[in-house]
Amino acid sequence: MSLRWVAVWRRNMLVWRKLVAASVLTNLADPLIMLFGLGYGLGALLPSVEGMPYIAFFAAGSLCTATMYTASFESMFSGFSRMHGQKTWDAILYAPLVIDDIVAGEVMWAASKAWLTGSTILAVIVVFGFAASPLVLLTLPAAFLVGLAFSSIGLVMTVLARNWDFFSFYMTLVMTPMMMISGVFFPAERLPAPLLAVAQALPLYHGVELVRPVIAGRLPGQPLLHVLVLLGYAAAGYSLAIYFARRRFSE
Amino acid sequence: MNVLSARGVRKAYGANEVVSGVDLRVASGECFGLLGPNGAGKTTTLKLCLGLIRPNAGEIELLGEPVPRRAREARTRVGVVPQSDNLDPDFTVAENLLVYGRYFGMAAGDTGARIPALLGFAGLAGRADSRINTLSGGMKRRLTLARALVNDPQLVFMDEPTTGLDPQARHLIWERLRRLTQEGKTLVLTTHFMEEAERLCHRLAILDNGRIIAEGSPRALIAEHIESQVVEVHGTGYEAWMERAKAICPRVERAGDTVYCYAEDAEPVLQSLAGQSELAYLHRPASLEDVFLKLTGRDLRD
Ligand SMILES: Nc1ncnc2c1ncn2[C@@H]1O[C@H](COP(=O)(O)OP(=O)(O)OP(=O)(O)O)[C@@H](O)[C@H]1O
Ligand SMILES: [Mg+2]
Repeated sequence: MSLRWVAVWRRNMLVWRKLVAASVLTNLADPLIMLFGLGYGLGALLPSVEGMPYIAFFAAGSLCTATMYTASFESMFSGFSRMHGQKTWDAILYAPLVIDDIVAGEVMWAASKAWLTGSTILAVIVVFGFAASPLVLLTLPAAFLVGLAFSSIGLVMTVLARNWDFFSFYMTLVMTPMMMISGVFFPAERLPAPLLAVAQALPLYHGVELVRPVIAGRLPGQPLLHVLVLLGYAAAGYSLAIYFARRRFSE
Repeated sequence: MNVLSARGVRKAYGANEVVSGVDLRVASGECFGLLGPNGAGKTTTLKLCLGLIRPNAGEIELLGEPVPRRAREARTRVGVVPQSDNLDPDFTVAENLLVYGRYFGMAAGDTGARIPALLGFAGLAGRADSRINTLSGGMKRRLTLARALVNDPQLVFMDEPTTGLDPQARHLIWERLRRLTQEGKTLVLTTHFMEEAERLCHRLAILDNGRIIAEGSPRALIAEHIESQVVEVHGTGYEAWMERAKAICPRVERAGDTVYCYAEDAEPVLQSLAGQSELAYLHRPASLEDVFLKLTGRDLRD
């Protein structure tokens, strides 16, 4: 693959750098309020969950959810504004780039931004002593995979969208329920078997299954499976995004 | 040498064919104009030539590269001014150029070195650090032109470069475009302004309903398609006068309450108007606009 997408990534990076303070604050405020609010609030009522304090248990879910949201917001809302509102993609297409380069650049950018959210929450987790061992650093690649999967899926929504409302369907009907069943707030194994099966078919569950053990200082049970599911979603989303983007732009 | 050629190019959206077998040749160093009413297919034709959309049939060659197959390679040496500005609102004037240069693989240093000259050319010297939303429409248009030149292209496509601009801004753009042709760049522009086409273009094609219905230099088009003199008449009693004019003038047209008389020799028409104090008239040489209206009709298109 060519590296022409890097110019698209750098364009978004330059915008982000100008607004870095506001961007980081809004991306982190929500997840951190959730983490400490729910973590300490619910944690006070709960004995340990899966052998760890509730807040340490919830940390993994919180990190993955925040990463998912950053990836999705960036690829959908910001992506749609660049594609549709500002016509930035049209301008880029006059240059020697093709729509595939733009899709790659947007996916990589949203994944990078999501990774930064995940990494910052990881830093908070480490600073507050929720991490058991240096194994926790494996969260860094895991967060990038989660970001990549949700950026790719988000961009599929973007290149299919005709207006902003389109995204609320995906967010309300897919993302929110997925968050509820993916072991973010409570162990997914407590779910009825069919719901657990649904969760296991979705990417967020596998992100949580990668991150939670390494925060607790253990290696994940089936790392390869989780990595492959996340990569599979990323690859499928990326291919679909390219397919629909070509249809939207080159027809 | 042709820098752009298209043969039998067709493009349909669903059942609606918007480009129906267009043939074009643009020679190096030429300023070529594509005229046509709203919806004629001008923008679609430009996009096809740039390889941004796929034709249903036909062959296109841009700077020696087959399009769309190697359009990307061709576009390294092409600049584009789109119909509506799509400058990056998140950036300053200079950043817009810098970021755009990157899409051509240009290093920041190389683009940076070109920026003062580009801004000078666009009449935007001193505005390097302005934000896009503080620029006037004319400034944005000029910056879009500067952006199209960032890669020092051989060929520049311009889709209605002066639509929506005041006369000052329009004249400035015209002057700059002439300078570009003097530098040896090839220009392909679309326009609704016949005056613009007449002043700038060496050669024109008139596009209507996706077909090229006339082609040639502005002068040749006028000579070929229309009588050399026009008399426009309006005022009370113009209808009665029009009936009489039909006998002394080879071609008489009416649009609203104005009568247009086209003739090689306007003398008989002017004589017949001499005693008619209630009729106002204007006698002028035929222009490209008359050709355009004759060929594409006076009806609104959308
Ligand atoms: N993506 C599209 N899908 C469907 N129809 C389209 C599409 N793009 C253009 N058209 C139609 O093709 C026709 C030609 O459009 P085009 O934009 O090429 O015209 P134009 O000559 O540039 O007009 P204008 O002077 O208004 O800019 C129009 O009827 C337009 O509605
Ligand atoms: Mg147009």
